[in-house]
Amino acid sequence: MMESGPMTGPVLTDGTAGEPPRSADLSGVPAKPNPTGEIGGTFWRRFVFRRPLAALILQRLGLSVGLLFAVSLMIFGGIEALPGDFATTYLGQSATPQAVENIRKDLGLDRPWSERYLNWLGGAVKGDFGTSWASKNSVSEQIGKRLGNSLFLAFFAALISVPLAVGLGMLAVQFRNRMPDKIINVISLAAISLPEFFIGYLLIMFFAVQWGVATFPATVYDSMSFTERLSAIALPVATLVLVVLAHMMRMTRAAILNVMSSAYVETAELKGLGTFRIIARHAAPNAVAPVINVIALNLAYLVVGVVVVEVVFVYPGMGQYMVDAVTVRDMPVVQACGLIFAAFYIFLNMAADILAILANPRLRHPR
Amino acid sequence: MPELLSVKNLKIEATSYPPGEPPKVVTLVEGVSFDLQKGKVLGLIGESGAGKSTIGLSALAYGRGGCRIIGGEVLLNGRDILKLDRSGINTVRGAQVCYVAQSAAAAFNPAHKLGDQVIEASLRHGLMSRDEAKQRALYLFRVLGLPNPETFGDRYPHQVSGGQLQRAMTAMALCPNPELIVFDEPTTALDVTTQIDVLAAIKHAIEETHTAALYITHDLAVVAQISDDIMVLRHGKTVEYGTTKQVIEAPKEDYTRALVSVRQAKRDEAADQSGALLKIEHVHAGYANGFKVLHDVSMHLPKGQTLAIVGESGSGKSTLARVITGLLPPSEGRITFDGKELPKALKGRTNDELRRIQMIYQMADTAMNPRQTVRDIIGRPLSFYFGMHGARKTERVKELLDQIEMGPRFLDRYPAELSGGQKQRVAIARALAARPELILCDEPTSALDPLVAEGILNLLLRLQEETAVSYVFITHDIAIVRAIADSVAVMHRGRLVRFGPKSKVLSPPFDDYTDLLLKSVPEMEIGWLEKVLRTRRMESAGN
Repeated sequence: MMESGPMTGPVLTDGTAGEPPRSADLSGVPAKPNPTGEIGGTFWRRFVFRRPLAALILQRLGLSVGLLFAVSLMIFGGIEALPGDFATTYLGQSATPQAVENIRKDLGLDRPWSERYLNWLGGAVKGDFGTSWASKNSVSEQIGKRLGNSLFLAFFAALISVPLAVGLGMLAVQFRNRMPDKIINVISLAAISLPEFFIGYLLIMFFAVQWGVATFPATVYDSMSFTERLSAIALPVATLVLVVLAHMMRMTRAAILNVMSSAYVETAELKGLGTFRIIARHAAPNAVAPVINVIALNLAYLVVGVVVVEVVFVYPGMGQYMVDAVTVRDMPVVQACGLIFAAFYIFLNMAADILAILANPRLRHPR
Repeated sequence: MPELLSVKNLKIEATSYPPGEPPKVVTLVEGVSFDLQKGKVLGLIGESGAGKSTIGLSALAYGRGGCRIIGGEVLLNGRDILKLDRSGINTVRGAQVCYVAQSAAAAFNPAHKLGDQVIEASLRHGLMSRDEAKQRALYLFRVLGLPNPETFGDRYPHQVSGGQLQRAMTAMALCPNPELIVFDEPTTALDVTTQIDVLAAIKHAIEETHTAALYITHDLAVVAQISDDIMVLRHGKTVEYGTTKQVIEAPKEDYTRALVSVRQAKRDEAADQSGALLKIEHVHAGYANGFKVLHDVSMHLPKGQTLAIVGESGSGKSTLARVITGLLPPSEGRITFDGKELPKALKGRTNDELRRIQMIYQMADTAMNPRQTVRDIIGRPLSFYFGMHGARKTERVKELLDQIEMGPRFLDRYPAELSGGQKQRVAIARALAARPELILCDEPTSALDPLVAEGILNLLLRLQEETAVSYVFITHDIAIVRAIADSVAVMHRGRLVRFGPKSKVLSPPFDDYTDLLLKSVPEMEIGWLEKVLRTRRMESAGN
């Protein structure tokens, strides 16, 4: 680092010595591009040094795609390894060896698994997940509708829970160890400890049965208008919000509290700033990365982990569809659901990763 | 003239939670009183734990980490700020009184631009409009000698150097036109060559803006350059309080006298420096990502002597130590120890080769397992290298504790129960336990208070006489080099600038860098800073 103040004396230098990278947490990517050369090698390495941010993001994208392929292999392999098969379940009592053999042939199960995997993967990449063994319909078509329903539910749950969680977390920090903080803590602990089906049944009992202000079951149909749909999903959304809220809120609180003990928050305090400004302007931007990660995890849960809530509320989403398919061993549907769930999970986590990278000023503004 | 700040009979307490004991209340500061007039500078000086930062922060009615101001008065313009409520005190903080922290790198928010942070207090207190504040920041960046003042505010904290950040912090404190600034060791974390620039900039800015200041430091030589009055503190009590001239030139108390005259440790340079226990030849080294840190470094160290490696941070001196230990294999060059070439990487070395070279670190805290007792820490190399167990091992640990002047009562203490100096002593005992021939000391005293550091240096010198161990002593402190080295290597930006016997390296004719380095070391002499700055100006005018 060259000092270029007014009193800088003569220095012996030839300017080639680099300093060790300052951000040790980003493996392999130096925070500072080295303009003096000495960086040879492949195109990728030069790119990493010139555009560290873009390189990191590309790296995450590549990793996600690779991961998705690995997951597809695992899903296929896992289903392959499952005991029992569709033909026996389908035929039930009348499962003669000959009939089973015929159905297996019909479904192409006699071909080697590698060939079937490649076939399936080739279709999946194009958005074609084959036909359901049970209903003989196109899997993609059926899933499309169900996925829409699931996302509809998840979207409204997220829309309410994320701002609420972050806001409550900040509130809890502002009133740390005082009454509001304690109340928020107790309620969130209770919500996190109760199983979701229990919360669901409680809500049904009070809101639908006793007071009659909400609809149950929450089944939605094609013919419903937007407002009808909204009122139908009110209870499942409330259940989901209660389930994910506590986790996000507690993490927000912890992340901000962690930042609150740092020297720059003390600086802000010694500037005579108000508590809320300190939390919102000085602490929150530095607590973004851990909070984003928790939010992504919970969003993924809203899409992927809602099976129980969907069953409780008889909501025609992906989770229920997959459970039904598993019971009849309808493998194309199970595979498709598994892959889509995995894709959501990976995508949301990747998005969280990239947002966390973008939130780091050291990476956004290299030296 | 009325007092700007008048502190009367201050008493500050904190609650400490010692492991395994009930919490107890500790008095940090007691009976401290002083007055400060407009535009004057008072230096608060003392070792760590003397309560100087705590007193400084009381001028903002702030208690850090559970400190409570429980007695006395802090009168700012005659008004007791300790009696104000939260919103009342917020009109004082950042407006009338500002604070400059020791580590500007930690005290700036990494998420915001420097300019926004510098003008924030002025804006939030409604002292000036955004444009006025920006103008003032620009003016201050100029006064403080920051590079490209027009665009400096657009940069983020991680984009500028440590010295620049410290100056930006001073600009941030000066921006709202406060009446008083509390400087809390603003130059301690900087290299000497940077320290002198920042010191000069602070002094210039204070004079320019007629702001009063409390200047907190443990370095008497620094405070002598900048303050009108000095208060010496120890264990939270005033030891001596007087004008700078009186305290430096005619200290009344023994403790002050000891502070004024530290660095008595002295080793005469060995006459014969021909042999070589350690020989480093044309070493180049760098990190895996392509940064080259060391360029063609060669030096040697005879048996039983001390080689001091000096340079500022980033000069590659600690990297050289890592190369010698084998932690970082050099890309070129070789290292010979006792006539035999050492395998480059740690993995290739035999246990005996490892045993013969030991290391002491700057931060004894982080170099010890907090869950192990002193007995385990010192005993570990005994069982690892010599297979010692049971009573024999305990005997040897006791012997080592005697050698470091600590005694067997420390056997079952944990690192957290030791003072900074004691921890460093235990680290030395751990190194000694291996009966090494060479100890690499990586700034072992720079985190310690001067008197404690003095004790460690004396211990190292005594051990050298007793055991004929050799030291490679890495430091940025020229005074230490003068005190203990036989030969000196000056490093700058990964290259060896100068190497040879101490008497030769530290006397003229100098190369430019060594000259700068030597001239930047503060001396305990009033007016030293002006003198150096004058010569520098004359030199640059001459060029």
